[in-house]
Amino acid sequence: MLNKDIKINFAHQQSAHCETGVLSGLLSYHGLNISEALCFGIGSGLFFGYFPFIKVHGLPLITFRSTPGAIFKKVTQRLGITLEHRKFRDPENAMGALDTVLDQGIPVGLRAGMFWLPYFPSHFRFHFNAHNLIVYGREGSGYLISDPVLDEPVICSRRDLVRARFAEGLLAPKGTMYYVKGIPSQVDLWQAILKGMRDVSQAMLTPTVPFIGIWAIHHLADRIRSWPKKLGHEKSKLYLGHMIRMQEEIGTGGGGFRLIYAAFLQDASGVLNDKRLHDLSGKMTLIGDRWREFALYGARICKGRANGENSYNILSDILHDCGHMEKETLREIRKATS
Amino acid sequence: MNKKEVPQDTGVLDHWHNIQYAVDENGRYTLVPSSGWEPANIANYQAWGIIEERLSQVIEKVSAGELSPLAYFMEKGLMDIALLAKYVRISRWRVKRHLRPDIFRCLPLNILEKYAKVFNISVEELQKIP
Repeated sequence: MLNKDIKINFAHQQSAHCETGVLSGLLSYHGLNISEALCFGIGSGLFFGYFPFIKVHGLPLITFRSTPGAIFKKVTQRLGITLEHRKFRDPENAMGALDTVLDQGIPVGLRAGMFWLPYFPSHFRFHFNAHNLIVYGREGSGYLISDPVLDEPVICSRRDLVRARFAEGLLAPKGTMYYVKGIPSQVDLWQAILKGMRDVSQAMLTPTVPFIGIWAIHHLADRIRSWPKKLGHEKSKLYLGHMIRMQEEIGTGGGGFRLIYAAFLQDASGVLNDKRLHDLSGKMTLIGDRWREFALYGARICKGRANGENSYNILSDILHDCGHMEKETLREIRKATS
Repeated sequence: MNKKEVPQDTGVLDHWHNIQYAVDENGRYTLVPSSGWEPANIANYQAWGIIEERLSQVIEKVSAGELSPLAYFMEKGLMDIALLAKYVRISRWRVKRHLRPDIFRCLPLNILEKYAKVFNISVEELQKIP
């Protein structure tokens, strides 16, 4: 029952983050050239959350990304794009639907569990279920995949793809697939960018629930100070390593996200013709760099190259600094968009 | 981050690259491929170090007859009881029971096959002590 081979003329482009990468790739294919950074900004991707009471493998949940799928939803809404979005119970149906859309010559986005994707470097194959990728064809019993965080397209066997699409656990993808159905002839980039910026400044400055936004950055900074006393040195190192992974690993990047947002502000200043945003982009770059300093110093502690309680105080100071800088910059963003 | 400062520390990424946003000479943002960054490598190796440590503890317990081989494959697949239970569609308390060597030994073939399928191994391999 092998289907015939098909290859859609889809140009692979590597990106920093899977969700925005897939979105930018799919939209570009359908003629709406929009960069990853613009997707990130319009989708209000900048975020911070610290939930000490939710434990992932015994470690507190620290996240630099909004809920998976939130960027999709916001960007498609704000630009008026129709995205067909489907979930499945039965793997055969899910693969059948994928084949049908591919046969129509439309590239398809999938949610997948990273653990089951054999083409990834082994070090990244954790049970992380909110990865996004694009399928753009079939060859023999495999599928042609443009994974936005990789250098080049890859091939994945049907069996592995089924497993990845039906991974279980937290945020189980349940065969989720999506593809672009319609793009309006005229998109209002101006309004979309303003909405994206307003939304992000509100979510970070005046969150509706605690444990997210600037408040959470300061809260975590205060907690870090007491880690070595409360948890002991070994466990603090684990917490720290976990935080650095959440911050800097592929597709989750915290410092990296600040830099993408800086790139977005630069693009936005061009579209809106607003010099202020260009200056804010520079400030955002400094924030991203400060986050990277945090990772750099934290990793030294993990390695045992920096010791003592004072090293955690230094970390805490860096983090407070990030919080203050973000607060100031986001306030200016709010002012520029109101 | 400046374009020239984009780290190129090969490590967990193998031969792959990831994309970093960096500023070029004219202050414009560009996408620069990076072969990795040492802090990210360190954090990732740390996470795998813990996994390996736990795995060796499980191997000891399996060899000592305190746990069934299923515990080894579960740990190797980075799963816990809740996750494994979802994959095999068997209730959690039953999966927990199957970690006991005496119970595991008496499991019928159809249950063993379910587990073997998830771990992508044969039923014989599943019963072997690692």
